[in-house]
Amino acid sequence: MKYLDEYRDPALARHLLDELRETATHPWRIMEVCGGQTHTLVRQGIDELLPARMRMIHGPGCPVCVTPLETLDRAMAIAARPGVVFTSFGDMLRVPGTDTDLLSLRARGADVRVVYTPMDAVRMAAGHPEHEVVFLAVGFETTAPANAMAVLHAARLGLRNFSVLVSHVLVPPALTALLEDPDCEVEAFLAAGHVCAVMGWREYEPIADRYRVPIVVTGFEPLDLLEGILMAVRQLEWGRHEVENQYVRAVRRSGNTRAQDAVRRVFRVTDRAWRGIGALPASGLELAEEYERFDAARRFDVAGLRPAEDPECIAGAVLTGARLPTDCTAYGSRCTPRHPLGAPMVSSEGTCAAFHAAGRTPARSTT
Amino acid sequence: MTIDCPTPRHEDEVVLLGHGAGGRLSAELLDQLVLPALDGGGGPLEDAALLPGYRELVISTDSFVVSPLFFPGGDIGSLAVHGTVNDLAMRGAWPLALSVSLIVEEGLPLAELRAVLGSLGKAAQNAGVPVVTGDTKVVGRGAADKLFVNTTGIGRRHGALHPSAALARPGDTVLLSGPIGLHGTTVLSTRERLGFESDIASDTRPLHRLVKALAPLGAAVHVLRDPTRGGLAAALNEIARDSCVAVEIDESAVPVPEAVASACDLLGLDPLIVANEGCLVAFVSAPAADDALAAMRSVPEGTEAVRIGEVPPHGPDGRVSLRTLVGARRIVEMPLGEQLPRIC
Repeated sequence: MKYLDEYRDPALARHLLDELRETATHPWRIMEVCGGQTHTLVRQGIDELLPARMRMIHGPGCPVCVTPLETLDRAMAIAARPGVVFTSFGDMLRVPGTDTDLLSLRARGADVRVVYTPMDAVRMAAGHPEHEVVFLAVGFETTAPANAMAVLHAARLGLRNFSVLVSHVLVPPALTALLEDPDCEVEAFLAAGHVCAVMGWREYEPIADRYRVPIVVTGFEPLDLLEGILMAVRQLEWGRHEVENQYVRAVRRSGNTRAQDAVRRVFRVTDRAWRGIGALPASGLELAEEYERFDAARRFDVAGLRPAEDPECIAGAVLTGARLPTDCTAYGSRCTPRHPLGAPMVSSEGTCAAFHAAGRTPARSTT
Repeated sequence: MTIDCPTPRHEDEVVLLGHGAGGRLSAELLDQLVLPALDGGGGPLEDAALLPGYRELVISTDSFVVSPLFFPGGDIGSLAVHGTVNDLAMRGAWPLALSVSLIVEEGLPLAELRAVLGSLGKAAQNAGVPVVTGDTKVVGRGAADKLFVNTTGIGRRHGALHPSAALARPGDTVLLSGPIGLHGTTVLSTRERLGFESDIASDTRPLHRLVKALAPLGAAVHVLRDPTRGGLAAALNEIARDSCVAVEIDESAVPVPEAVASACDLLGLDPLIVANEGCLVAFVSAPAADDALAAMRSVPEGTEAVRIGEVPPHGPDGRVSLRTLVGARRIVEMPLGEQLPRIC
């Protein structure tokens, strides 16, 4: 058997679609939470093959998209300082801040480097004591354990020239906020498989129960998504509202407890502003007191930031599923992957970029 | 938050790395800055140009700046030969002669330079093309990244084989000579020490013998292109644009080696936009497709050749689409610029 082929099999996909057509009697609206899932859905065109009038609502789970503008502006102000080596995951580099982006800063001489793991940044700091190495620690519960490990490692090494600019976000508070919105159309969720691989799904049980909404922990391959959608539809059709696990090959109910321990040691829960959505209580992570000395926001006093979003951008409404990218007047004209106005047009996980890459136009977009 | 500055400014007035990545940014730089200054433009941008006044001769030049200098499957020396030999071959030409220019950074160990040139000489010998002239410059530390190599080549076209990026026609069959994604993933993995390089190697190799095998099909071979920077997605978009046709390919027909697929998945890259250095796409008239496939498979570089799609009878012009594994259809866009790995 070849790599992942069993989760990409066209015949099995057709079989699942047939089963979905036989099962769905209502135009159910299901939100896939994670940007990676949006990417697969749009790339494979799965959302266009769903039974009549069923609709996927693309959720807020793109870490690039929800990182607040203020954090980005701060990141760029730090990166522009002499002596700083600013490290980040690749797709943060093109996200527009108020005035510029990290790629443009790099072209103008800032030392901005792509790393594939935060441990690379720690190694850089250890090897270059003459530089201040800063890592932009963003993402959901998925990236938090590795970032926590990096801080723990830096602490063990006694590094004084390593720091992290933290803007971690948490999924469950975002789901709750969406469900509390009186305009919320979501009838079921596909929870993000990788987040649950770390955190498990216990946190989701009270949400499913309280809001009477099915939640299916789902993977990222085409067949994972089709199966996750089918499981959600079966629950909806039969009036159930439980947390189910489609992604059994990676996720267990309690998650990865060692990873959770590392996160709990290094970070504490805090209120967080989500780009496009606004401030959500207890929805983010910041460094715990014991590790505050690694906080780049404290180490570098960056004053005078005046973050300002583009007024035409409807990223917030896109992120909450209230509007489609193709509803935006700037989509494809003022806002393209070449000149993104908002973050969802940047990362291939962003809904706007996923739509644009698939060539979707307002006329073609029927989802 | 304040709203004093509602419109973000885009700082485009300096060159970005993405301008050299073979995607939309590169095209913009050529169209808006390079070509106007050189009185070029108008015709399609080909891998190699006809030498004015000499119908059978083509010329091509390419600079190699790959980092690291050595990677599994090749090095900057062999790559510099293969790159230019292949650009000539994509116009249906056999290489006659190469020039080699070196720009060396002060401090490069002579052993490394010797190894690169040994490999370059061997690659030229294996390809059967003499290096007839060259130049060497040394620049101060920091003014170059170890070693840059430029090769220029002249080639002679095979009889009736006159492929051009502008010659794809409705009804054409699209063939691919081998698996995609190997070169880009190998170089990235080696440069960033990601660990995939133990499982994969660059596909860098000369393709002029593969093209020679297609020569008997003559004018039935409409387009040849090696999908280097920007990958298969960029090559197909350029052909669709220059020929004013649509192109449709089948996702399940495009061969992606297992190690490439897993590396790309992990890094959030799309194999369709990863660089290749040892395969080509051929657009051939449908009646000649079986013969072309057989001809390609008859030489070692084409044993894995497959049919991946076709040119539909009616546009939309310039659009490349892909039938996905689950049977839907999506557009394959011209890649933008630098590939930026996704977060998760």
